Amino acid sequence: MLRTQAAIAAGKVVRAASRLRGGGSALPGLVAEKVDPQLLAATIGRLPDGVVVVSGTNGKTTTTKMLVAIVREHGKAVFTNPTGSNFTRGVISAMLAEIGPNGRLTADLAILELDEAHALRFAKVVPPTHSLLLNVARDQLDRFAEIDHTARLLTSLAEQTSTGVVLNRDDSFVSRIQTHVQPGATVRWFGVDPSIADRLPELQEADVRFSDEQELPAAGPSDGLLKPLDDREFLVTFADGEDVGPVTLQQRGLAAMINATAATSMARMLLGEAFRPALATAALARVTPPFGRGEVIDVEGQPLELVLVKNPAGFTVALGTYGSTPVATMIAINDNYADGQDVSWLYDVSFESLRERGVALTSGVRAYDMALRLRYDDVVTDAVVPDLEQALDTFLADHWAEPKRIFCTYTAMMRLRRVLAARYDLPDFGEEATA
Amino acid sequence: MSTGTGISTELGTGHGAGQGRGKGTVRVVHLYPREMSIYGDLGNTRALVSRLRWHGYEVDLVNHGPGDRFPDDPHLVLGGGGQDSGQARVEDDLAVIGDRLKELAADGVPMLMICGMYQLFGNAFLTVEGQRLPGLGILDVTTQGNDKRMIGGVALTTEFGDVVGYENHSGSTILGPGQQPFGRVRAGLGNNGNDGTEGAVTNRVYGTYLHGPVLPANPALADGLLRFAVERATGRAFEPEPIDDSLADQARTRQVARLLAAAKRSSRGRLGVARRGVGVARRSVGPLRGDGRGAKCDESAPTVTVSD
Repeated sequence: MLRTQAAIAAGKVVRAASRLRGGGSALPGLVAEKVDPQLLAATIGRLPDGVVVVSGTNGKTTTTKMLVAIVREHGKAVFTNPTGSNFTRGVISAMLAEIGPNGRLTADLAILELDEAHALRFAKVVPPTHSLLLNVARDQLDRFAEIDHTARLLTSLAEQTSTGVVLNRDDSFVSRIQTHVQPGATVRWFGVDPSIADRLPELQEADVRFSDEQELPAAGPSDGLLKPLDDREFLVTFADGEDVGPVTLQQRGLAAMINATAATSMARMLLGEAFRPALATAALARVTPPFGRGEVIDVEGQPLELVLVKNPAGFTVALGTYGSTPVATMIAINDNYADGQDVSWLYDVSFESLRERGVALTSGVRAYDMALRLRYDDVVTDAVVPDLEQALDTFLADHWAEPKRIFCTYTAMMRLRRVLAARYDLPDFGEEATA
Repeated sequence: MSTGTGISTELGTGHGAGQGRGKGTVRVVHLYPREMSIYGDLGNTRALVSRLRWHGYEVDLVNHGPGDRFPDDPHLVLGGGGQDSGQARVEDDLAVIGDRLKELAADGVPMLMICGMYQLFGNAFLTVEGQRLPGLGILDVTTQGNDKRMIGGVALTTEFGDVVGYENHSGSTILGPGQQPFGRVRAGLGNNGNDGTEGAVTNRVYGTYLHGPVLPANPALADGLLRFAVERATGRAFEPEPIDDSLADQARTRQVARLLAAAKRSSRGRLGVARRGVGVARRSVGPLRGDGRGAKCDESAPTVTVSD
């Protein structure tokens, strides 16, 4: 306990110092973790209602926000990690802000978004009581090397989960994990209503690991299925009639609706008898899009949307989400380590939805590669400007009187956002925009 | 994902030069697009289909999957990289069509095999555990499985000039005596990180580790393959139309310059000791501070035995 207190004290000092400098979110966690490697177990590991981990390639941030909102709406105190720090040190850093010097975290449960590899490292210290596993897709293969490897990481996470897992029944990389859960742990599903199953291929990888087809698991009474009513409005149906909705999310697109279905199914598992569909509906309707997932900045009275893209499924979803409302478009592709150094994945995205309107500018270190990619989909690019700030200036100047959208990789977004933050009033990274 | 696998003959309706039809039809066969096309290798097919149209030729694109009847008289055959599981799915079919592929290769049909398919076109793959998995033997190369992956950008000198791409493989490939490489490594690791070779060429069969995908940014290589394919399809010489490749040229020359500069920095950083021979991957790109992502590159990389 002494050690825990020392770790918290050290972390808090670093946190105060680094906030003064306006810098890094993970450093305080790093220091606290060094002082007491068991800090997480001593704090988060003792929460009365357990520890929920949300993992998978795409949609972690959105789903976690939705799940936290639903559970809080039911009156629970939830500890969660802020956007963009889905690593153990980020979790500790976030915790330092909320914890008393005695090491008490005043929460009923923790709901954490964790990157596949870091989820396992976290589970070694704090075995989760619940896991919500979303999907497996190609993401930065230069780091993770194989989709199959990602599937193995998620399987291992499920194996270490004590009480219950909620799995995506439509993604066979995830649904096959069913046979790996601990004896006594409950398996529940989320998925889409069969009426829209034909829309899934655009979001999913082909699973070619086995020669037999994975059968679609049957949905039980507490398994949520997405049933869209139109482009924006949908229900999450349960076989026992406890349907959530109709609800319209603030974030657009099929992927966000599937995330809401995943969050609702996990919330129902966590809350049990206390689950109220009306509370879930109200909470989902209020969730704002997380930073970078369709964040809208007001630039001289016109909306500028920043959309983070990092892998083929994500970019495809983003184009599908926004394709129906074409606006002036810029695409910024960097290839730093955090972006993925291999830009081959751009060829696994179809850009046809941009063909009619064209793309105003491509930018970033790989601006020419992006323009070349667009050319092979017969999308015209007006200008190629590798320098991000110069490209932003040109884009804003040429299209000042209309809505604008920038698709960008991680480090390109960080840079663009810094420039925009200096000019317009933006919340800090990791904090919430007030909707 | 299926946005890629569903590549259709409708692709690349073409703009710019060469809208005229009637120069002939070229049959392009893509081997195992579902199982063996990770890392955007479908972009190679996309590039060839578009360029054929821009040059004024019709395209008959055949996606060959395991168990399908192999098409008659292909004029160009493409294959990409896959994961272990994908490779396992195609092995039986490759045994069935292997003799036909060997015949076609010997007869001068142009082929481009990337990464995993490059390895399968070799003599054998030796796993880390010492198991010998025989290949088709069209290219005289043998690949040894490693614990470490070779990952990063690559710049080559080839018969088509500078070629740029991205490698991501754990297999280390050795050329047989007399086997021509596809290129000489200027930056990156290539076949094995030791002998400065990359890929292999026999007749008109090109094997390489380069993703990127390799063809869009290297149009000279793409048109080189098309020249052979068109001759085979039409019996006449290739009649190319002028294509504006300025975007590709910019993308390639900038990336080559970056990679050469990085290679130079890295060799200087090691006090003049060349990077070759280091069994491991790559230059480290400056860590991004503040979110924990700056950790060393291979921290979450798996130990994979077979290839890409």
